[in-house]
Amino acid sequence: MGTGSEIEKPLAAWAAAHFGAGARLEALKRLSGGASQETWAFDVLAEDGPHPLILRRAPGGVAAARSSEAVSLATEAALLGATSASGVRVPAVLHVSPPGSDIGEAFVMRRVTGETLGRKILRDEEYAHARTKLTRDCGEALARIHAVPVAGLPELPRSLGEDQIAKYEAIYRGFDLPRPVLELAFAWLKANAPAPAVPVLVHGDFRLGNLIVDRGGLGAVLDWELAHIGDPREDIAWLCVNSWRFGHSEKRVGGFGELPELLDAYHAAGGAKFAPADIDWWEMLGSLKWGVMCMIMYSAYKTGADPSVERAAIGRRVSENEIDLINLFEGLGRHA
Amino acid sequence: MHDAPSAKELIEAVKAFIDKTAAPQLTGHAAFHARVASNALATVLRELDIRPQAEADEKARLESLLGKTADSVTALNRDLCEAIRSGAVNLSTSGLLAHLKSTTIAQLSVDQPGYSGLKTATR
Repeated sequence: MGTGSEIEKPLAAWAAAHFGAGARLEALKRLSGGASQETWAFDVLAEDGPHPLILRRAPGGVAAARSSEAVSLATEAALLGATSASGVRVPAVLHVSPPGSDIGEAFVMRRVTGETLGRKILRDEEYAHARTKLTRDCGEALARIHAVPVAGLPELPRSLGEDQIAKYEAIYRGFDLPRPVLELAFAWLKANAPAPAVPVLVHGDFRLGNLIVDRGGLGAVLDWELAHIGDPREDIAWLCVNSWRFGHSEKRVGGFGELPELLDAYHAAGGAKFAPADIDWWEMLGSLKWGVMCMIMYSAYKTGADPSVERAAIGRRVSENEIDLINLFEGLGRHA
Repeated sequence: MHDAPSAKELIEAVKAFIDKTAAPQLTGHAAFHARVASNALATVLRELDIRPQAEADEKARLESLLGKTADSVTALNRDLCEAIRSGAVNLSTSGLLAHLKSTTIAQLSVDQPGYSGLKTATR
């Protein structure tokens, strides 16, 4: 499944239809081994020049039973269109290929140049200027995502804070591996839940790794699979979760920025006015969720579904989230 | 039972084989998994060093916190989880956060001693 030869012909046929009969397909290459999606890079050489493109495709071209919260590729493509119309930098979608077509369930988008690896973005001299811009760029992008008119969107899962606590608590209890720090986090989050905000479009995985950064700052927002209708503070806090600061813990926003600056930029771009303390509860939920997700990945080893050392070893990362939760508990009230 | 070589020596020998002989001959995915395997053995080596004392300390703290004794840390942790879930123990319970912090620092010293959050916690 998912071999280059399987999609090369239908993709070349699409390129000829889209860019003109002389258009040639080149350098088709599988980028990721993502379990939920195939990602391919390729170039189309057309009369008006080269077009670097990306194909996002269901594994083997057929959407399998996906995890309940991941949106379909057609929905992802529609979200790229809707967020682009609201001024979010996203790759332009050129083609949506329906299930059962020659290419299979997929879409084609432009390939944006830049870096996605968090460690490089935070460390390399090449991105020194980008790092000074990234906090404001992210604040603006989040405000624009959260301002997308929900009425015009395809149907999306709805998941507010309390839904997420219920979901992850059920998963955690299902493992029957009691961990007092996670237990305390569930209890504290339930006892201290803030009033829900007006639900908006939430990206769901807005962090380094899913953002293309170029020398000038934020180039594009990728990976909309976990988009849902939810609380805007979820996206802001997820960018702050220590796991996504890639070792640069002192900078709360993604390892590169300060939260007040992000919140100022967010508000200036039309977002609601939040204080740093409004983000604490959601950052706690973010660390707790990531901890349970590590347990989920370890369970794939335990059940025999994935016998790799990597799946086994990821169970020894739950404690990373536990120390983050403890640091958050100790910091409570510090910026209330 | 004998311990020449000890469990620790055997793991060290296997880890050295992966690092010095096997890994340099591998590429791509296999090279990545060799690194993961070597790191997993490093975790086991740290655990052999740290766990006995850390778990004895954890047990003593749990018994003091819960006001009872038990055969295993697992049983005590199960009790603590139930107490937290029922609300009998919470964030303001004296000694709870300090206990959880000590326990998690010990756990991370085995699991991921380079993790940034560990430095924050021990600062």
